[in-house]
Amino acid sequence: MLNFLARRIVQLIPTLFFVSILIFSLQQLLPGDPALVMAGEERDPDVIAQIREQYRLDQPVPVQYVYWVKGVLSGDFGESIRNKVPVRELIAQKLPVTMQLASMAIVIAFLIGIPAGIISAVKKGTAWDYGANFFALWGISTPNFWLGIMLIFLFSIQLGWLPASGYVPLTENWRASIASTIMPAFVLGNAIAAILMRHTRSAMLQVLESDYVRTARAKGLLERSVILKHAMRNALTPVITLGALELGTLLSGAVLTEQIFSIPGFGKLIVDAVFNRDYAVVQGVVLTTATIYITLNLIADIAYVLVNPRLRA
Amino acid sequence: MKIFRLAVTAAALLLSLPATVQAQTTLRIGLAEDPDILDPTMARTYVGRIVFASFCDKLFDIDEKLNIVPQLALSHETSADGKEVTIKLRPGVKFHDGEPLDAEAAKYSIERHLTMQGSFRKPELASVDRVEMVDPLTIKLKLKAPFSPLIAQLTDRAGMMVSPKAAKEAGDKFGLRPVCAGPYKFVERVQQDRMVFEKFADYWNKDNVFIDRIVFLPIVDATVRLANLKSGGLDLIERVLATDIKDVRTDSRLKLSTAIELGYQGITLNIGKDKAKGPLSQSAKVRQALDLSLDREAINQVVFNGEFKPGNQWVNPDHPYYQKAFPLRGRDVAKAKALLKEAGVAPPVSVDLMVPKGAETEAVAQVVQSMAAESGFDMKIRVTEFATSLKQAEAGEYQAFMLAWSGRIDPDGNSYVFQKSDAPQNYSGWSNKEADKALDDGRLATDQAQRKAIYEKLAKIVLEEKPLLYIYHRRILIAHTTKLEGYKQMPDGLVRVVGLKLK
Repeated sequence: MLNFLARRIVQLIPTLFFVSILIFSLQQLLPGDPALVMAGEERDPDVIAQIREQYRLDQPVPVQYVYWVKGVLSGDFGESIRNKVPVRELIAQKLPVTMQLASMAIVIAFLIGIPAGIISAVKKGTAWDYGANFFALWGISTPNFWLGIMLIFLFSIQLGWLPASGYVPLTENWRASIASTIMPAFVLGNAIAAILMRHTRSAMLQVLESDYVRTARAKGLLERSVILKHAMRNALTPVITLGALELGTLLSGAVLTEQIFSIPGFGKLIVDAVFNRDYAVVQGVVLTTATIYITLNLIADIAYVLVNPRLRA
Repeated sequence: MKIFRLAVTAAALLLSLPATVQAQTTLRIGLAEDPDILDPTMARTYVGRIVFASFCDKLFDIDEKLNIVPQLALSHETSADGKEVTIKLRPGVKFHDGEPLDAEAAKYSIERHLTMQGSFRKPELASVDRVEMVDPLTIKLKLKAPFSPLIAQLTDRAGMMVSPKAAKEAGDKFGLRPVCAGPYKFVERVQQDRMVFEKFADYWNKDNVFIDRIVFLPIVDATVRLANLKSGGLDLIERVLATDIKDVRTDSRLKLSTAIELGYQGITLNIGKDKAKGPLSQSAKVRQALDLSLDREAINQVVFNGEFKPGNQWVNPDHPYYQKAFPLRGRDVAKAKALLKEAGVAPPVSVDLMVPKGAETEAVAQVVQSMAAESGFDMKIRVTEFATSLKQAEAGEYQAFMLAWSGRIDPDGNSYVFQKSDAPQNYSGWSNKEADKALDDGRLATDQAQRKAIYEKLAKIVLEEKPLLYIYHRRILIAHTTKLEGYKQMPDGLVRVVGLKLK
């Protein structure tokens, strides 16, 4: 097991190295000039020249890359050109926000998606099934920004129950924090719930037709315990994997949803950074996201190995 | 199911518990963007200026009629040769850290703007050679050459005073914890989330400050910004969409405060940098024909419900420097066609129109396109992301470019850098000796009537040659709750908080 772990972690290094080169070179393909954007409305040539020099934009790309990697290796991601805040600090500020939103979204997705999937499989062909399918189709095809604005109109303007946007940190006031994130979490969770529902349904249908379920029924077990104790456990394994992958995607920031609800997370950070050509921020955020994604994958792999020793070879 | 019901009830209960009662009054302002660094020397965004207005006073300010009025300074006097400006400071002014604002601090602040690495104020104060202290409350600016827009520059960031002690300690990180001499002092900032300020007890005009705290919240989506105002999550929002005006007006709990902007919205026409050498760049007649194809009032009606102000010059028609000798002319398609014929151009004249991304600019571009088509122009709209469009404008990779300017108080700020030969923002690449002379003369003359006469000459040339088509001036749209009392909108679009009361 240790051997396996060590091998996987060593494999991480070239992957991250490759990611870092990719981020750096893709960014160079972006049209537009960061110095020109940073020079403000006046765009004075002297000021532009000075910005280029200060941020080494006048140096060749490989040189810029070396400077950046050197910094990253010593824990320095550089600072934002736009507001001089260290990128590390920005990431430390935004990551907990995105993590909170992502976890709430995934909990909501599981709470809706799995029961809906099970019900529609068990009651296949009935109104329940059609209802759940309709919901899934709706969830997948409803754009986030539309649902977001509709929720704001209903719960903030008409009913006045929830704040329309903004974010309160969990540590400051957990109630207000949940109130400020429940709508965006629902918007994100709703779309994923629909996907989970579809997968749960098909997995359940498959399992329900298997021999052991028939045996369980033949034994005279209650239908409820056949479904919940025997069928569901087996059906859920692929669904949980899917959920974990969706969580990884959520952690890289939900651009549109964060924008609409003014949640200061990764999505908003990276969008602003791209439009302002704030390269250091883009690089730092993408590298962090990539690391999180790779780590989550590693954890999933380890979990598989624990479950299935045959993979250890 | 029981558990679910329980969970819903519990959640509803938790969320409905009232927030802790606040005795303090807090003004919550919704901004359209997250500002850049809050250091007056290094700041560059319009939205940043809105925030500065709450915590960083300037030597001078403007009133609704664009007159320059004292703020941290009491008076200014320019010597007969125009090369010395003496400024008397207001006595008893303190910075947020308790340091006094005296001649030494004023000299330090201006020199910081002039010399600091990364300063964006250098070009604005380029005429200043050095700063001298006359007495503890008087400074003298020695100029390289007379520069009449100088005092107007000091009504903006170039005139903001910072605490020398705090600025020396913080260096280029001063903007992370700025210390100025305004009505509110900096408390905290969470990037892209909020900026918090609290009342400064030793403010020189503290008797007119009534609200305890101000919180700025950047909310990019205009619809969501308005939704927050309606739901009571905000007290004031900037940049309301023209299409939402009706909505705000019909809401009895909201009030709309407006003013016509100092800037303009227009189309820059590539004259000197057009590699394709299209007819638009080669002939003033073709440019005049394009201008005559436009019905500015119709653009205003169609896209902005008639709320904005059609214009044809770099200042709006209500501005003291608007040249009434060159009024707005109506659309004349027949004449436009005739001009094209005179220029020896066979329609359709194809024009590459670069338009920065944005719902309103794109809508205007479409109306312009269809109007121009009737006179024989085939305009191809190329919607381009803003940063990219700037780069292409610099490189001359366009024929027509829809570009806005937020505007400056002095007319020089709306003309010089765009019209002077080889000036940094002369994207058109236009060059005209007489215009250059008028632009330079406008900077030397100090008398308003004299300056206006100089700019009249300039207007004649620019309106004939048409390196830029000025189309309209936006209305600054600020919506706030009726609980907010005493709000007055200034033409620079900034939110002034002194004198405001929150019921």
